[in-house]
This record gives sequence, C-alpha cells and structure tokens, in this order.
Amino acid sequence: MIISTPKARQELEALLQDCRTLFLIGCGSCATACKVGGEDEVFAAQEWLEASGREVTGSLILDEACHIMRAARELRRFREQLDEADALLILACGAGVQSISDCTEKRVLAAVNSLFVGNIRRFGQYEEKCSLCGDCILNETAGICPVTNCSKGLLNGPCGGMEDGCCEVETDRDCAWTSIYQRLEKQQRQGVFDRVVAPKDWSRKFKPGKLSLERSIVDNGREKHR
Amino acid sequence: MSRLADKLARRQFVFTAEIAPAKGVDVSAALQKAEQLQTLDAINITDNQGACMRMSPLALARLLVEQGYEPILQLTCRDRNRMALQSDLLGAAALGIENLLLLTGDHPRFGDHAAARPVFDLDSVQLLQAAQGLIAGRDMAGKKLVTAPSFFCGAAVAPAAQPQALVLKKFSKKVTCGAGFFQTQAVFQRRHLETFMAAAASSQVPVILGVLLLKSVKMAQFLNQNIPGVQVPQDLLQRLDEAADPLLEGVRIAREMVSWARQYCQGVHLMTFGHEELIPQILAH
Ligand code: SF4
Ligand code: SF4
Repeated sequence: MIISTPKARQELEALLQDCRTLFLIGCGSCATACKVGGEDEVFAAQEWLEASGREVTGSLILDEACHIMRAARELRRFREQLDEADALLILACGAGVQSISDCTEKRVLAAVNSLFVGNIRRFGQYEEKCSLCGDCILNETAGICPVTNCSKGLLNGPCGGMEDGCCEVETDRDCAWTSIYQRLEKQQRQGVFDRVVAPKDWSRKFKPGKLSLERSIVDNGREKHR
Repeated sequence: MSRLADKLARRQFVFTAEIAPAKGVDVSAALQKAEQLQTLDAINITDNQGACMRMSPLALARLLVEQGYEPILQLTCRDRNRMALQSDLLGAAALGIENLLLLTGDHPRFGDHAAARPVFDLDSVQLLQAAQGLIAGRDMAGKKLVTAPSFFCGAAVAPAAQPQALVLKKFSKKVTCGAGFFQTQAVFQRRHLETFMAAAASSQVPVILGVLLLKSVKMAQFLNQNIPGVQVPQDLLQRLDEAADPLLEGVRIAREMVSWARQYCQGVHLMTFGHEELIPQILAH
C-alpha cells in the first residue's frame, strides 16, 4: 500500500490562502489505512476549514482514488458541488491526486506527502520492503530486498559502515546484508554470495512506468470474475 | 606500472596517507601537506569524504602528479552514476593518475548536504569490474574504447567489522573483480587483524593496514559514536584516559599497530589528522 503523511497545517494554510470554497476528496484504501484520508480525516479537515471561515461545498471518499476511470465517474455525480468550489482538496496519495487532476480542470490541492510502498507491521506501523526496481533479486537474497533494506541499495554485500551487524545509517537497524547472510547460512545456500551481481538494469524502471496487459489476459480475468 | 604497484609487486612494505581536497579553490594547504608526506609511497586524495562537499579529487590528484607525487585517487559511488564514474576514470588516466581506490562512499546523511540524492548506481564491486572493463578496452555498455587506460585498482575493507565472515565474502568478490591492493579501515584489536589476515592471505592481494592516530580519549569516543566501522576498544580508551600525555600515548598505540602491520600486512595507511609531523615517530621501530 502507499504510505503517506499529512502535510503540515501551516503549509496547507498558505496553500489555501485564496480559496474560500473547497470540495474534499478522501480515499477508502491506503489513505484510510494510514489515517490521512479516511472518513475521520476528511471530517476533521472539513471542521478545520469551516473554523477558518471557509465553505466546504461537499465531500466524497473514493473507494480507491488511484482508479482513474472510477474517480471520473464518481466526480460526475458531484458536478454542482464541484463547480461551486474554488479548489478540490485531496486527502490521498500523489497517485490519487492525479486521478482527480486527470478528470477536472479545477485547481487540485494535495493535502498529503506520499512516502513509499509499504507493508503494515501492525496498525499505525509501516515499513518499506520493496522499492519497485523492476528487476527483482529476492530469489538470491533469501527473500530480503537489499535494494530497499540497504540504505545504499548495494547488491554485492555490506559496505564498510556495517558495525556489529547494524547499519551505519541507522545504527539501531540491522544491516540488510547481515540479515541476508544469516538467513542464507540457515538455509545452507550461497545465494547472492556465489556470484558478482551485475549493475541493475534501470532501464526497466523507465519513468513514467506503464504496463498494458494483453487483451486476452484482461478478458480471461473478466470471465472468471463473473 | 605505478611506483606503488611496482613496490607492492616486489613485496616491499609501503606507506600511504591521505589528503582531503580544500573546501574552496586554494590548493596551497593541500600541496603543503603533500610536501610533508613526500617520503611516503603514495597519497590518497579523498572524494567528498564523510559526504562533505569539497573540490574534486581528480583536480588535486593531477596537481600532485605535476609536483612529482604519487596520488591514489579515491572514487566513490555515492555522487556519480555509471556514466560519470567511467568518464571520470578515463579523465584520470588522461591526467596521468594510475592508482585508484574504488569505494562505495559514506551515505549523504552524514555529510553537509544531507538532502542530496544518494546515487549508488554501482556498488564498489561493480565499480572495480567497470574499471577492469575499461582497462580491457571496453566500457560498461560493451563499447570499444579508442584507447584503453591502465590503472592499479585498490579497494577498501573493514577487517574489524562483524560478522567478519560476511566482510570476507565481499572481500573475495573484490578480489575476483580485480582489486590489486586493499587499504583497510583502522583496526584496534590484534585478534581481528589476525583472523582476517588468516583468511585473506590466500588471495595474495597486498593489504595495507589503516593506522589511525588517536589524539585523546575524547577523539576516540567521537570516532566510536560518529565514524561508521571504527570501534576503539575499552582498554585503549582507558590507556588514553590515564596517560599523562594522551597524544604521546596515541603515538605509542599507533606504533603497536604499525608493528602488527609489519607482521601481517604489506604496508600502513596513516591517518594522523593534522599531526603529520609525528609520522616519523609512529614509524620508528
Ligand atoms: S529487488 Fe527489491 S525493490 Fe526490486 S522488485 Fe525485488 S523486492 Fe522490489
Ligand atoms: S551498513 Fe549495511 S544496510 Fe547499511 S548501508 Fe551499509 S550495507 Fe547497506
């Protein structure tokens, strides 16, 4: 899921300077789970805006703000309230914000900062495990990603800053390479230590990423869902 | 072949030290320091050391070449992607720089530009491999070079870091990728060096031991807290603390380390932090 944090109220205040009327949009998926754009947060934002003398013309929580077509469909149902607003304040990740900006010419304001694709340890605790490099090495690293868990993303073993198995960048965290090494030892495998890992092919991570499934795969999926 | 490569090939004991380029454009202090170090075999020129922005080491290394000194150009993966690294390497060769120390580099988080984007497009192993490729006349894309450079490539290792077996795994990868010599992080415990060299010696690659002059107990504690991979053990802290003249005690400690180097390694790399005048004392038998 996409992990994000709210922008500081001060920053929002400056952003909203010349907006008197606003329409609020939250997201029922990641933003809800991160407590930045669920019902509670949209409601809190509304109270805050109204307390500062602004008018909220309406609000909406999309199931998944990152779904472009659905967002467009939902927004059409709120046409009038949207028209009355000076701007749309979006309490969702950067991807969600852009589903909205994709289907309206209105000014769209992002209320959160998106951080990473994260796993949930437990509610309120998120960890980055994969940084979507496009060239996965997990099969050789005992299921622990060095691209993400090593602060330098090294592919051939630890840097000189490793100390007592901990990382130089955050000394209270295990060096990713110690974890990889220990797990490979337990599995009695050489894994990534068996060979010199070549530099990553970053062309696979070409921006902006795009993937279109073949028609047959898409149709097949639909059949099964029926 | 560089003088350093030649001496190491002849199994002679070598001495190196390092100079950081200026934070600014005046090179006189750096050249003065080089003069103080002229009896040594080679001088490392650090590359934005500690992730603090300074003058390009390539420029200072060339100035040293012009003055007849032998530089070891340090190059880290932190600030340059594979294209910039290769083009700097070709530039270094054209400027008469033969010795390289190819490093991963400290994380920007420790430096004076903490907001900088860390690059790490390559790691130190891959950079060694890239340099070998250039020497063989091909760049990383497999394209042929019109003329190939020649380098003596070194790498770093931290023998005291734990788990040592893991350190050794990376060490062997560096050997495989053409490391012609190693310069180590400071080692303060003899047994760390002993076990490391017992495993590393079979590679036949010369190891130059990092010897760091501890000036005071305060400095040692600072190193322990702030410099990744450097751990001054309790007994040395105590010696520095109890010494009437801590600097002199530091020299004594450094001298012991030089004697370990004479036993296990093929040289010493001196880190004296402004006390270059003490080098003869540290090296005295
Ligand atoms: S190597 Fe790491 S960052 Fe790349 S895809 Fe696999 S888990 Fe994700
Ligand atoms: S200490 Fe380990 S995890 Fe941290 S940057 Fe170095 S190799 Fe990566």
